[in-house]
Amino acid sequence: MRTLSPRLTQRIAFSILFAATLFVILPVAFIIGVILKNGLGAVNWEFLTAMPRASMREGGILPAIVGTFCLVAGAVLFALPLGLCAAIYLSEYSKDSRLNRAVRLAIVNLAGVPSVVFGLFGLALFVGFFRFGASILAGSLTLGLMILPVIITSSREALDAVPGSFREVSLSLGATKLQTIKYAVLPHALPGILTGTILGVGRAAGETAPILFTVAAFYLPRLPRSIFDQAMALPYHLYVLSTQVPNVAPKIRYGTALVLLAIVLLMNFLAIAIRSHFRAKKKW
Amino acid sequence: MVIHPKIRVKNLTVSFDGKASLKNVSLDIEPHIILSVIGPANSGKTTFLRTLNRLNDDERAMKVSGEVLLDGKDIYKDHDPVSLRRKVGIIFALPVPLPMTVFENVVYGPRRQGIRDKKILGATVERFLRDAYLWDEVKDRLDEPAMTLSGGQQQRLCIARTLAVNPEVLLFDEPCSALDPISTAKIEEALSKLKRHYTIILVTNNTKQAARVGDKTAFFLMGELVELNETGKIFTSPEDRRTDDYLSGRFG
Ligand SMILES: Nc1ncnc2c1ncn2[C@@H]1O[C@H](COP(=O)(O)OP(=O)(O)OP(=O)(O)O)[C@@H](O)[C@H]1O
Ligand SMILES: [Mg+2]
Repeated sequence: MRTLSPRLTQRIAFSILFAATLFVILPVAFIIGVILKNGLGAVNWEFLTAMPRASMREGGILPAIVGTFCLVAGAVLFALPLGLCAAIYLSEYSKDSRLNRAVRLAIVNLAGVPSVVFGLFGLALFVGFFRFGASILAGSLTLGLMILPVIITSSREALDAVPGSFREVSLSLGATKLQTIKYAVLPHALPGILTGTILGVGRAAGETAPILFTVAAFYLPRLPRSIFDQAMALPYHLYVLSTQVPNVAPKIRYGTALVLLAIVLLMNFLAIAIRSHFRAKKKW
Repeated sequence: MVIHPKIRVKNLTVSFDGKASLKNVSLDIEPHIILSVIGPANSGKTTFLRTLNRLNDDERAMKVSGEVLLDGKDIYKDHDPVSLRRKVGIIFALPVPLPMTVFENVVYGPRRQGIRDKKILGATVERFLRDAYLWDEVKDRLDEPAMTLSGGQQQRLCIARTLAVNPEVLLFDEPCSALDPISTAKIEEALSKLKRHYTIILVTNNTKQAARVGDKTAFFLMGELVELNETGKIFTSPEDRRTDDYLSGRFG
């Protein structure tokens, strides 16, 4: 058998690698393309700012957009301080590797818990035990728990990436440990922490299962009045439109999907932009 | 008149994981002198400095026995690390400017002590940059990131930054090891002026530098203090064979 010429082998290898890359990009492009094509016609000012009408077959999706924003904001308000404090403790204080390992294990497991389990957990703990009822509060806390691993992990990575010499210099200049963290460590970890938080936000905005039992309203054509109110949310609304309500114009379904997708992608791009901006500025 | 030592070290032993890096070191350092510390690699010089301002405190594997007295007060019993480090400043071999402006680097210490007044901070910056022989070079660049200074300028910035904390003792760990001869000369000039106000310990790998600026010189070997004497005496007629061997390049 004749061996192939090196030139030919090169070209075959190149083609395979290129095809694999294409194969990864194609579905993403396809999804975005289909949703844009079918949904763009539905998205207009009224769609974004009006209440749904006629059992959601007409009108807009404002309450779902507002609901999603409330839920995400609540989740971050809960998960960011908690996750950041935990990350600071683990990275800057705890030298006990046993505790550190236990927490790392817990985080890995927390990250691996299926989102529907978070939903059930939220139902049992926040809705039931704490008697928050199905409410924005319960939904936010559930989503917050879900994004906690992302926030802790990225915060720890960001803290660990700050050179140890900064801490040493700060301490040697008579700063306390807390001052050192506040002035010599945290400012330089902030971009990384922000990036992780935004990725968490993107994830929280798109999940259906955790809000299913804890907050999501099937049809509530008004804005939420307090954190104990139920609310509509984009992912659940999409699910309802697609499976629970007969004779919804596809345009409205795709329009809703488009808005949700836009929010999530926007978050991801924002995270990437922040990261690359600070990476370019970093000087150590 | 009896001169009380600024620093008195008594039977200081420091070990990491049971391995002694400093063995039973005892010495006195009078105020307002420069003590040069020389010795081959691994002789415990850095460990000695870092013990004096308790920068190794967080090292879990470390054990310290013996006493270190600053103005007669035990640095482990009568001081907390923060107050001690405000009295005993250190400058490292490689300059580490914090990623902020030149100005903010100098006032990092004062700000942590709660000083906010713009006038006071501004005066602090000028005064200590002058003391570190850097003012003329950077007076128009105070708002630039400290990272944009040259290596030699960064090291003098680090000196100014340490001075701004108002310490009484300055520890230098091979401050010129990464610098060219001109930057080195500037730092040596600064050192000779500074000793009027501070007590200085200068660890250096450069025996000529030790001879140039040290009033006294200590020779460390394998964690032991072999000899401490007037600099002239150490370099002309050392008492210990090993000092002589080291200085004449027979080992190390
Ligand atoms: N934090 C630490 N953890 C473990 N061992 C240490 C630590 N600091 C110092 N040592 C050990 O102490 C010994 C002395 O080191 P030290 O840095 O004091 O030497 P040195 O005289 O400063 O050497 P050089 O001239 O190379 O700077 C070395 O064997 C080193 O491994
Ligand atoms: Mg050293």
